[in-house]
Amino acid sequence: MNRPSPLLTISGVAKAYGSVVALAAVDMTVRRHEIHALLGANGAGKSTLVRILAGVHPADRGTLEVEGKTANFRTPVEAMRGGMATVFQDPALIRDLTIAQNLRLSRTDPATFEQWLEEFDLGSLDRDRMVRDLPLDILRLVDLARALALNPKILLLDEITAALTADQAEKLFELLDRLKTEGCSVVLITHRLAEVMRICDTATILRDGCNVAELEVGGITQQELVHAMLGSPVDLAPDTQAGTTAPTTAGAETVFAVEELASGEAVRQVSFAVRRGEVLGLVALEGQGQERVFDILCGERRPSAGRILVDGSPCRFLSPADAVRQGVVLIPGDRLQALLPSLPVYQNLVVTLITRIRQWLGLPADERARAANAIDSLSIDTRAAARVRRLSGGNQQKVAIGRWLVSGFRTLLCFDPTRGIDIQTKGEIYALLRKLAADGAAVLLYTSELAEIPLVCDRVLVMHNGLIVDEQAAAQATEASLLTAAHGLV
Amino acid sequence: MVDSAAATTVRARLAAKARANPSVALGGVCLLLVLVTGFIEPEYLSLNGARSSLLQAAPLGILAGAQTILMLTGGIDLSVTMIATGSAYVAASQSSHGAAVAILMGVAVGLVVGAANGIGVAVFRVNPLIMTLAMSGIMLGTFTAWTQTILRGSTQVAPFIKELAAGSFLGNRLPYSVVLWAVISLILIWLLRRTGWGRLLYAVGDNETAVRLAGVRTWQVRIAAYIAAGILGSIAGILLAGRTGAVDLQLANAFLLPSVAAAVIGGTSIFGGVGGYTGTILGALILSVLTSMLTFLNVGQDIQQLVYGTIVLALAWGYAGLANRE
Ligand SMILES: Nc1ncnc2c1ncn2[C@@H]1O[C@H](COP(=O)(O)OP(=O)(O)OP(=O)(O)O)[C@@H](O)[C@H]1O
Ligand SMILES: [Mg+2]
Repeated sequence: MNRPSPLLTISGVAKAYGSVVALAAVDMTVRRHEIHALLGANGAGKSTLVRILAGVHPADRGTLEVEGKTANFRTPVEAMRGGMATVFQDPALIRDLTIAQNLRLSRTDPATFEQWLEEFDLGSLDRDRMVRDLPLDILRLVDLARALALNPKILLLDEITAALTADQAEKLFELLDRLKTEGCSVVLITHRLAEVMRICDTATILRDGCNVAELEVGGITQQELVHAMLGSPVDLAPDTQAGTTAPTTAGAETVFAVEELASGEAVRQVSFAVRRGEVLGLVALEGQGQERVFDILCGERRPSAGRILVDGSPCRFLSPADAVRQGVVLIPGDRLQALLPSLPVYQNLVVTLITRIRQWLGLPADERARAANAIDSLSIDTRAAARVRRLSGGNQQKVAIGRWLVSGFRTLLCFDPTRGIDIQTKGEIYALLRKLAADGAAVLLYTSELAEIPLVCDRVLVMHNGLIVDEQAAAQATEASLLTAAHGLV
Repeated sequence: MVDSAAATTVRARLAAKARANPSVALGGVCLLLVLVTGFIEPEYLSLNGARSSLLQAAPLGILAGAQTILMLTGGIDLSVTMIATGSAYVAASQSSHGAAVAILMGVAVGLVVGAANGIGVAVFRVNPLIMTLAMSGIMLGTFTAWTQTILRGSTQVAPFIKELAAGSFLGNRLPYSVVLWAVISLILIWLLRRTGWGRLLYAVGDNETAVRLAGVRTWQVRIAAYIAAGILGSIAGILLAGRTGAVDLQLANAFLLPSVAAAVIGGTSIFGGVGGYTGTILGALILSVLTSMLTFLNVGQDIQQLVYGTIVLALAWGYAGLANRE
């Protein structure tokens, strides 16, 4: 029981945005040599606490202490000097500048930054690429390398694993373990409890802006962790299991199919078909061409070869509008691509209803009802609904899903749709995907969280190096079997 | 100590009120300017004073409407005053065919040039500043050449247009052009708030990718916006021509920066996605009251410009301060 001394002590921290109380009163202690999980449902206040620790927003009340000295940071620079380095929930790079320019702006030491990039096998990343052209996982790792280059005492990671693939996350964990022994403590925010069990030492749980528990991760099971988070001893299993009682779709007609799709080096040959009522999973390690496949399927990019078939007839998608007209819609992996940040939740949801010129001079009569339905079925927290930018990350993700519930679709392409969504709502979203399928949709689900596959999918495809290398029945797929295939070992 | 604390809370409360109701805050500024002007020149606080300010504000408000629509999409139209001038020119040269033909031909200029701007920006992805600045240059050149050739002849406008721009109802009390502006305002506000196209203007300005992925052909939205702006430019130009009675190539020049300023003062962001026409109306009124005030002040042109610029800057800055502090 000889615990190391506290490195960071947070006491009585409170923060309200106008009438929305994000943090009521939070106490938390981060010790030396520890990886400390900060857990809680969407909107619990985790990112708000991170912003306070990083000096972005001042707390309304309460104190911070680093190594026993009061440290109420007023600016991000003060926080950095105080030993904090932060990876925020959304990429903090300026989109219209190159990586090199961003580094210069933030005065990052290039040599150290390089070193950290190498750790993630990104040494060859072109520093003159525009940030907006880079995939989200790379941006997250660039953010991380930039934070590490500050040589921090405390590293704050806000849902960094949400956009990483399994292999990238594994590499990150090895690195965090090493940092820990070298004396840097880590605060890790995640909705994936398996990760908490895997690398965290301690967990603080927030609920409605208060810390409700601090747990030693070593001594408890994942189930106990869930109970501590949700407050009541709810069993999540039945909820998520509801999905697995899928009707057999073997006889149903094919709604959406691709034949021998190819695109440059990234996608060499991909063929598959999704039937009515089916949820087809797709699994791949980082950069195996999955992003490119989704870009092509949603009409953002044209394939160099191959065909897309909707209801058996070939279609050419010259733009996303063509795909949407065929009922093929996308929930993008980067939710910022699906959000109108300065507009209200309501207008974000109904934008999918006015896609044609003949709808320009009016507004759909039932749009309010439809939006309310979507808000309901995804339990979107609308306390800060006047601007989507102000919603918590998970609630933004729900808006990105909800806009398609409003308009309806026939084929749903989801690229990691549960990124940043809390465990309880995840269960609800799995159930929702199953229900959408049961109502006649075809769903293609790429996920980086392999545990999702048996919960939601009927079949699963594994992609490696631009090819579909394996197909498994989802019910029998295990993390091990999927990873083996994903490494191309079949 | 207590006093200053009370003062801060009062200020905070005022700021919160202003944030919640930006139009009320702008209305207050406008009223203040009217009173100051009245203080300088008591004559101004009469029906005539109000009438002349509104007459001033009508073409400016319509041009600023064009900027508002485009700024919401993250665009801008630096050719809008050239469109106004060109339309006025064409309308004047067609006067002999009657007012209806003259007006239609004038508006056609705005439609065509607006469409060209829209295609440049939305399809060929030219930066809106560059596209419309170039368009303005092209138009100036073209019209300079045409005034020597095909548009030679009348630079006098048809009587009907003069009446529309300068005449009034009710025994010289309510100018027709102000009524026209009111009608256009209602249409614009309806378009922006109650139609799908209006929604899309905001949405495209806020995040074009999200709108494209929602299945909207965003280029259509943008082209329509530039066409609408062109038509508004034409209408403003024809009104200006009617007021002066004759046209020349400098007709609307002086309105370019005020048209942008009115929209900015009214709270429309040049980065797109935020704003509305109600604010712009107040912005146009504020600017025209300000112009009257400066004329009454009886100071040199240089001082007038200086005061004008300072006040516009202060208003825009105050607004940005309000918007950022949320
Ligand atoms: N700028 C803001 N203005 C108004 N409300 C805000 C603002 N930022 C956050 N909030 C509100 O504060 C609450 C807490 O948000 P926060 O982002 O801290 O949640 P979170 O725990 O990080 O959730 P998630 O897991 O979804 O990321 C939410 O209700 C959110 O809407
Ligand atoms: Mg968050």
